[in-house]
Amino acid sequence: MTPSSPDAAGRQPDFATLTSPKWRSALARARHRPEGAPRGRGILLTVAGLLFLAAAFGISYRTVTYFKEVEEIGQLLAGKLLGMAFLAFLSILLLSNLVSALSTFFLARDLDMLVAAPLDWGRFYLAKLGETVIHSSWMVALLALPLLAAYAVAWDGGWLFPFVALGALIPLLIIPGVIGSAVTLILVNVFPARRTRDLLGLVTILAAGALVVMLRMLRPEQLARPEGFQNLVDFLAVLRTPSHPLLPSEWASGMLMNWLTRVADPLPIALLWTTAGAAVVMGAALHRRLYVSGFARAQEGADSFVRGTRWDGVARRLLVGMPPMRREFILKDLRTFFRDSTQWSQLILLGVLVMVYLFNIQALPLFTGEKVPVLLVTLIAFLNQGLAGFVIAAIAARFIFPAVSLEGRQMWLLRSSPLDPIAMLRSKYLVGVLPLLLLAVGLTYSTNKLLRASDFMVLVSLLTVVCYTLAIGGLALGIGTLFPQYDSENAAQIPTSFGGLVFMLLAVALLGAVISLEALPVVEHLRAAQAGAPAGMDATGWLAFGAAAALCVLAGWLPLRLAARRLRHLEV
Amino acid sequence: MIRLRDVTKRYGKFEAVRGIDLDIGRGELFGLLGPNGAGKTTTMRMIAGILAPSSGTIEVGGEDIIRHPMRAKARLGFIPDRPYVYDKLTGAEFLRFTAALYGQDGAVVEERMDELLELFELTPWKHELTESYSHGMRQKLIIACALVHKPEVIVVDEPMIGLDPKSAKLLKTLFRRYTELGGTVLMSTHTLEIIEGLCDRVGIISKGELVACGTVDELRRSASADGAGMEELFLRLTGEHIEHDLDALLT
Repeated sequence: MTPSSPDAAGRQPDFATLTSPKWRSALARARHRPEGAPRGRGILLTVAGLLFLAAAFGISYRTVTYFKEVEEIGQLLAGKLLGMAFLAFLSILLLSNLVSALSTFFLARDLDMLVAAPLDWGRFYLAKLGETVIHSSWMVALLALPLLAAYAVAWDGGWLFPFVALGALIPLLIIPGVIGSAVTLILVNVFPARRTRDLLGLVTILAAGALVVMLRMLRPEQLARPEGFQNLVDFLAVLRTPSHPLLPSEWASGMLMNWLTRVADPLPIALLWTTAGAAVVMGAALHRRLYVSGFARAQEGADSFVRGTRWDGVARRLLVGMPPMRREFILKDLRTFFRDSTQWSQLILLGVLVMVYLFNIQALPLFTGEKVPVLLVTLIAFLNQGLAGFVIAAIAARFIFPAVSLEGRQMWLLRSSPLDPIAMLRSKYLVGVLPLLLLAVGLTYSTNKLLRASDFMVLVSLLTVVCYTLAIGGLALGIGTLFPQYDSENAAQIPTSFGGLVFMLLAVALLGAVISLEALPVVEHLRAAQAGAPAGMDATGWLAFGAAAALCVLAGWLPLRLAARRLRHLEV
Repeated sequence: MIRLRDVTKRYGKFEAVRGIDLDIGRGELFGLLGPNGAGKTTTMRMIAGILAPSSGTIEVGGEDIIRHPMRAKARLGFIPDRPYVYDKLTGAEFLRFTAALYGQDGAVVEERMDELLELFELTPWKHELTESYSHGMRQKLIIACALVHKPEVIVVDEPMIGLDPKSAKLLKTLFRRYTELGGTVLMSTHTLEIIEGLCDRVGIISKGELVACGTVDELRRSASADGAGMEELFLRLTGEHIEHDLDALLT
């Protein structure tokens, strides 16, 4: 046989050919309608996306114009806001590129084929870097769109502004991509790739949590109220943090603000693009030196270390007396969750979310010395139910919604065994809902105490959150089964699917309905309390609470019933 | 033990399996043979209760797999062609979980697990996560899983892929002994020597239809191919032939 390789012919595949399996697959996925998926799926997704973008634009525009109109320092404040937003983007991008680079450069399925091919290392690096940057950045770029549009409208950026914005965004996306890939490359050369993945997952979650806490603790809302500062020095100190003139986020915001305010200063543009170019060159040099050894290390055996054997024994003892099928199913779900660092580390993010939530409630300017009307406190405590409900729904989306999808590759075992789908759903419901219920009750009780809500409101809030959590558990599990993602290996991506959107829409609709129904008896109770009449509840009040409870039962039970039917007829 | 009557499986307009009738008795080792995409895996998965037939009936041990799936599945052990297991469970935990799916646990299961792990030489990796197992080790683990609850019928899709010669030999001996003790095995394979040396009867599937069924000698006679090798017999029965200019392709 005569060898005939690209090297021998002197030709190398171009960038489009090299990346074609990825973009062609993405196009095919976009065109393909999964079996059983509703026809209006694409339209619903587009409408939801546009509504989100419109809402984000509205909020951004209001904020930007508010800052812009502050006398004398308006422009400075708006520039500061853009710099902070870009700094947040940069931090997120750096973290997400770390994880993406590990997957695209070291763990992807196409690597065996690409590494075995006589492919020029520079092209390989650029193709994989491009893939990493796109994977990590598309969501940030989408989030930047309404923000930049708001700046463009507020300052009348002109028709060239989109190109200027692209000119600022592209290097801002490339720089963290190169840094993330380089750090991953070094880490893989030190640790085995799978251990690196655990490590990176944990570091990413911790860093993301720290970033959210840091940004929240900075209390950016104070910038809008300069009168709240004791003196000008304090205000200026806050204005200076947390930026630095050597950060690419500062150059990008400087470049855009220069364009918007008609300042001719080429320095930020030059700094951005030369840094991005230099970063790519240095990244490529590092890749050439370390990639082969790193890739070889990544092929080493997976982790065989078993974590948490002591807790395993405790859980086993707690479940004694259960039928073996249910007990082993619960144990299996607990083991697979706590042994997978990409799963359990999300709990850290959850902790941060809860902390920020409690901080926000505490930061409400309610008890600053003046007497606050009971009506206002009750109203906020009542509306807090909505906020708590939304947090519960988001947590259910992340932890309960993917439960059945994660069985995907092992479904052959479950479907060929005499396992009753209802038993499986019951086990998953139990594992998901019990911790969620504890969290929901704890969160509601503590926020009500922080708000100094009345006993009546505490009771209403607790009963509501219990009913809602039980319903949300069923809804998440049921919708997750009806819109499964059996091919997905990443649990965090499953809630971002179409089914995840359907679940969140239904969860919010249920929350709205429950709160609307309860508003009637709560208002009646307040009126009675203000009039000094004895607190009690009439038939309408009981009826409203009963209807809310019935709605929760239906919302939790019906999806589970449909899910059980779907599982009985499932073909995998 | 396995009975198929006029079984058809359609995906939209495409018929993957068309009107299959098949009876496999107790103690029989039946081999299913056919070209890629002929419908073997679809048939096996329908018998295992993973896919539902579009029409026709399937019985395992006298129990209809659609009307009484729990009773039918309790009698069956299924070994798929791709050994997907829970990466974050140890081999022992995965076996224990599988036994529990069949309602079994306790000392009897623990003892049987140890025996099976010993048989497949997995004991040293018993308490290690399956993500560190090789393909062959995973394959052996899912074979152990199919046996842990002592099924009456084993349905196995391409059992030898990924197994080393020693394990393949062990598996052949195990299936033979299992059928001698009254168990039933339905296996699909592309390894013609297994079909010839191990199976009591063979079914040939081509384009979704069962085109031939019987002992190897019966198939030879029906195809007027006395003395022909298994490869030639297979090509003759499935109507397949190789007509490519390989020289042009390889130079």
